[in-house]
Amino acid sequence: MVLLESLVQLMPDINKAFFETLYMVGISLLVAIVLGLPLGVLLFVTDKGLFLENSVVKGVAGRIVNLIRSIPYIILLVALLPLTNLLTGTTIGPTAASVSLSVAAIPFFARMVETSMREIDKGVIESAIAVGATSWMIIKDVLLPEAKPGLVQGLTITTISLVGYSAMAGIVGGGGIGDLAIRFGYYRYDNTVMITTVVVLILLVQVIQLAGDSISKKVDKR
Amino acid sequence: MIEVNNLVKVYSSKKKEIVGVNNVSLNVKEGEIYGIIGYSGAGKSSLIRCLNLLEKPTSGQVKIDGVDLTTLKGDGLRKARLKIGMIFQHFHLVSSKTVYENIAFALKAAGKTKAEANKRVLELLDLVDLTDKKDQYPAQLSGGQKQRVGIARALANNPKVLLCDEATSALDPSTTKSILNLLKDINKKLGLTIVLITHEMEVVKEICHKIAVMQNGEVIEEGEVYEIFSNPKKPLTRDFINSILQFDLPEQLIEKRKGTIIKIQFKGEIAEESVVSELFQRYQVKGNILHGKIEYIQDTPLGIFIMELTGEASEVKKAIDYITSKTRSLEVVHGAA
Repeated sequence: MVLLESLVQLMPDINKAFFETLYMVGISLLVAIVLGLPLGVLLFVTDKGLFLENSVVKGVAGRIVNLIRSIPYIILLVALLPLTNLLTGTTIGPTAASVSLSVAAIPFFARMVETSMREIDKGVIESAIAVGATSWMIIKDVLLPEAKPGLVQGLTITTISLVGYSAMAGIVGGGGIGDLAIRFGYYRYDNTVMITTVVVLILLVQVIQLAGDSISKKVDKR
Repeated sequence: MIEVNNLVKVYSSKKKEIVGVNNVSLNVKEGEIYGIIGYSGAGKSSLIRCLNLLEKPTSGQVKIDGVDLTTLKGDGLRKARLKIGMIFQHFHLVSSKTVYENIAFALKAAGKTKAEANKRVLELLDLVDLTDKKDQYPAQLSGGQKQRVGIARALANNPKVLLCDEATSALDPSTTKSILNLLKDINKKLGLTIVLITHEMEVVKEICHKIAVMQNGEVIEEGEVYEIFSNPKKPLTRDFINSILQFDLPEQLIEKRKGTIIKIQFKGEIAEESVVSELFQRYQVKGNILHGKIEYIQDTPLGIFIMELTGEASEVKKAIDYITSKTRSLEVVHGAA
């Protein structure tokens, strides 16, 4: 009974934190799609043997992606505080946390895009070249549709990683479920909060994975 | 229509250089079906891929309809490719697009409007007999149907040339036949020049007018299909021809025969004449046909018989001389000549 009571008491906090998490993850996912997708396509088409082969562009883009990806998120979070302040005018709260999440998400998703495009049969790209298609047409009408199942999978993995990262944002007062877990669960040794937040995160990740799998299956015509 | 001059394609990696195509020159006339045959690794695939510059030749010229493709770049090359259709062994269709969309893609590449493309796609679907499959995805089609989509896509922009890269090698014999018939049909109906590469002599026999045999990156023999079939010069060419014309008699059978065993080849009209019945009327020999076959290479008969002749040695010799004079192709397989 005591457990139930404390849970009911917690509900408004959990509810708020849940939507903050969705908000942060949503924004950074959007940025990942808008910037990471083109970056991933760029990484793929400038590769050796492909129709826009360019070792300089590939080299520079690849190195920047590697650089950001090799920085642990928790360091990135702190290192980007000045940038966050510049962009959002604050360093705490979910909007502020979205900045570092986005920066982490862009190269992550870009590599996912690149990998899923590598799965495409080179012959299909070649047949599009032979038919006289422009590079833009090949990207839009061959690469993106053919990679769609992989792209959805990549987006799923990116989303789940972002949920994980967003929990770390709690350390600098980023808001969201992770923040709740750290402030109440960890600092105040409140096991009920700790366990509840973990359960919420588990359920969230399950739902994202299930949704991702089913969409990916639906768009797969192979 | 297609003129290849001194084409060389070298693949270089850090360790070594591999010569794919070694100084090949070819001339394909308009409306011709030109076959290039060779075993895998002979360089035929490299050669055909150089014809639309999917591979950039190391040196040499590739002229199609008077334009040297090797001088073109970017948009110029892209536009030239609109007039060169290509089909592939593994079809290479876009799996996330329907049959209709796959064909429409080629028209979009040529800058056609939706309405123009729609009309043309329906025409093409009719041509390749796939109208009822238009909204299916490639995964739902059989191999032969996929290749028909490939052909429709390749023909979308009314190309002057169609390149076939092992187009029937992944298909079963009866499907191969129907695809070959379709190609033959298109060649006749549209006057399309077709270059195909294959390792199957059957394909060449079925539809080609001219043939080039490739080995180690070079064309070692070239000519009219019938000429090559009836009079191959190089051992490799003979190998390929044997793959469909060969028939060996069992050793035992030959050993047991007392008479002279000869192998006669009848070419063209002679195959239809009554050389054999004439023979038995003129000379005192008896004939016993052990094996025989008439192949029709594009409607021209090529007959091969293995026959045992018995009788007086002098008569047999006369008979052999007579056939030799008539057919110019006689080989004594066993026994005295």
